[in-house]
Amino acid sequence: METLERLLLGHKFLAGIDPAFGRLLVGCARNLRFAPGQYLFREGGPADEFYLIREGRVALELHAPARPPIIIATLGAGELVGASWLVPPYRWGFDARATTDTRAFGLDATCLRAKCDADHHLGYEMMRRLLPVMVRRMQAARQQMLDVYGHTSA
Amino acid sequence: MQPTAPPDPQTAPPAEPVLLDRAGLQALLDALAARGFDVIGPTLRDGAIVYDRIARIEALPVGWTDRQDAGCYRLERRADAALFGYAVGPQSWKRFLHPPEELLWRARRTADGFAIEAEPPPPAPFAFIGVRACELHAIAIQDRVFLGGAHQDPGYAARRQGAFLVALNCGTAAGTCFCASMGTGPRAEAGFDIALTELIDVDRHDFLAVAGSDAGAALLAVLPTRPAGPEAAAAAEAVVAHTAASMGRQLDTVGLKELLQANPEHPRWDEVAARCLACANCTMVCPTCFCTSVADHTDLTGTEAERVKRWDSCFTADFSYIHGGSVRASGKSRYRQWMTHKLAHWIDQFGTSGCVGCGRCIAWCPVGIDITAEAAAIRATPGKGPHGNA
Amino acid sequence: MSARLAPSPADPMRPAPWRVRAVRRETADVATLALEPLEGGVPGFAPGQFNMIYAFGIGEVPVSLSGDPADPTRFVHTVRAVGAASAAIVAAAPGSVLGLRGPFGSAWPVDAAEGHDLLIVAGGLGLAPLRPAIYQVLAASERFGRIAVLYGGRGPAELLFRDELAAWGARADVTVAITVDHADPSWHGHVGVVPALIEHVGFDPANTVALLCGPEVMLRFTATTLRAAGVAAGRIFLSMERNMKCAIGLCGHCQFGADFVCKDGPVLPYDRIAARLAVREI
Repeated sequence: METLERLLLGHKFLAGIDPAFGRLLVGCARNLRFAPGQYLFREGGPADEFYLIREGRVALELHAPARPPIIIATLGAGELVGASWLVPPYRWGFDARATTDTRAFGLDATCLRAKCDADHHLGYEMMRRLLPVMVRRMQAARQQMLDVYGHTSA
Repeated sequence: MQPTAPPDPQTAPPAEPVLLDRAGLQALLDALAARGFDVIGPTLRDGAIVYDRIARIEALPVGWTDRQDAGCYRLERRADAALFGYAVGPQSWKRFLHPPEELLWRARRTADGFAIEAEPPPPAPFAFIGVRACELHAIAIQDRVFLGGAHQDPGYAARRQGAFLVALNCGTAAGTCFCASMGTGPRAEAGFDIALTELIDVDRHDFLAVAGSDAGAALLAVLPTRPAGPEAAAAAEAVVAHTAASMGRQLDTVGLKELLQANPEHPRWDEVAARCLACANCTMVCPTCFCTSVADHTDLTGTEAERVKRWDSCFTADFSYIHGGSVRASGKSRYRQWMTHKLAHWIDQFGTSGCVGCGRCIAWCPVGIDITAEAAAIRATPGKGPHGNA
Repeated sequence: MSARLAPSPADPMRPAPWRVRAVRRETADVATLALEPLEGGVPGFAPGQFNMIYAFGIGEVPVSLSGDPADPTRFVHTVRAVGAASAAIVAAAPGSVLGLRGPFGSAWPVDAAEGHDLLIVAGGLGLAPLRPAIYQVLAASERFGRIAVLYGGRGPAELLFRDELAAWGARADVTVAITVDHADPSWHGHVGVVPALIEHVGFDPANTVALLCGPEVMLRFTATTLRAAGVAAGRIFLSMERNMKCAIGLCGHCQFGADFVCKDGPVLPYDRIAARLAVREI
């Protein structure tokens, strides 16, 4: 347990977090390993856990008929996977598939939501860390939409 | 009338001004032509005073003046027969030193690619008659643009180096003139070979002449001149002082560079853009605007090709085209580019303002946009942040 | 009428004839050309500089040098067919002759970056103007701290120099990360925008020099991300693109604030241009 706590708090997403919060978080955490091709979650499934990637790569995908899955973005070490666990009705909006051997922490969403509800300081701390990630992802997605490389010359 | 001294090219430039009468001025034109110069001066054409080849002083706009205001240029009769009794016409000397169209080179396809033909021999050097102080400054500014950097414009260099400049201290200011506030006139201070001041009243019609170079002094020395006494010198001073006091406009240049560079989002740009037709007249008549484009042509067989350089303008959509579209698509951005470059960025790039206060852009704007009024409007309500009203 | 083959050194507007020695098709509309002068030697160039390339009778376009600055035998250019002149250059067959003026413009501050961590960030065709800098850096990588090449493209089929990227990525002295906006089933790498790669590479923000080349939008977001990570604005360098006709600061087309991109740029430090990059249509 001590090792898990040390490793968890070493993750970039939780860098510098108050150790008291760290002890609360580790109670919701587990160590996970995904083989290439294995899904962390699938669209529409219950968003009952989210992931902090330790190593490897995860693709966020949408599937469509008669074509290969569309990869929206890939996520790597130090990043978190999944935001739908925060927003009712707690259902995943995409598929998440490991594209390489991937190791991650899984954080039980029900457990974490309950602790955040009980301790708003923890809840605020989590929001403070999650929101910038979400904003960065949204901005990146907007940039991707621009298709800027279609207009370059050099 | 007696010449002041026997012509002797070895003597030092006369420190003292001399007087030429009308015949003396004709002698000046003749002497320049005899020395192989292509003599260009003001003349009347198409309802305007333009610069063209002149041989006789009768070709000058004798007894004419110009009345100018925003969007307005009219020729009017003067009460006298002054030869240079106007301010400035639509053209400037850039028409000759930096011509509207210039063949850069011609090439032929060969068995081994292509070959560029030899340059034609240089044309006769220009002599310009009646260059105003603002125009001397404009020429000096284009000298810095075309000759002052790492790469020089060889065509401009050839035309400029041989040119002989006869300046004229202004005896009249137009309603659009603001050289006094730009520090560029109305007196010709430097950059000329000879400077003239026209002295005309009921008793006389003379030109007080001062040499500004050895070449100018040498030429004056062979002309029929007489000494200019203190009275003539004082009269010439009075002419320039009167002109300086009768400027139709003024531009406050204090802190103007910083003001414009800090206000790219000022609402005035939208306001002026609503009037601006993006016709590019201001850039064509501006004596310092230097932008050009190049066009590549071939003959029908594809064996001969040439590249032609032409005046271009930052007011056209194509000017800023990069693959995908124009960087400056809106009229607002183009007017802002022109005025901010002229009055602000120019100082960073070339050490002086790009404006000499000649007022041509004001007179020849079809909707009467006035660069002095636009600058004053931004000064009246400057923005606060680094991007002004951004 | 006597013909003169070499450009007059006094006239920087006269193109000199160069022969196309080799052509490599990079993508559907991009080719890399190796050029040798019909007479005279190959001038030296600094990474980041460009030449004006002339297709006889059609027109002239600015193209960055994309070859090794240590190779004294040829100029290498990577060109995308986007207009009449660039299409003619891309279609030029080995043995044909193009006109060339240059090299012009400012350079990547490769020497000044020695002793620093180095981030080379390219988008799309922007890898081509950075390749000479990569060659120079990799030839003396011991003089630098950590070196990373981050590259983003539209999709896998549009990526340039994939063989070389793989070779660089196999070296121990450089980190290579590639991302695409739109993946296809063949792609197993990153998907996303280039700035997102920055957090995956190790560098000391207080001691990092960054070289950026790509579409202006990508440059802006990458510079913003680097600033947020703590890299000094004066150590972030961007290669800008504007309309160019003369390439020597005389025609006015490439005006960008108080700079002419052709002679003051194309490589400009971010602290000098950051305010301008935020203004539309400047």
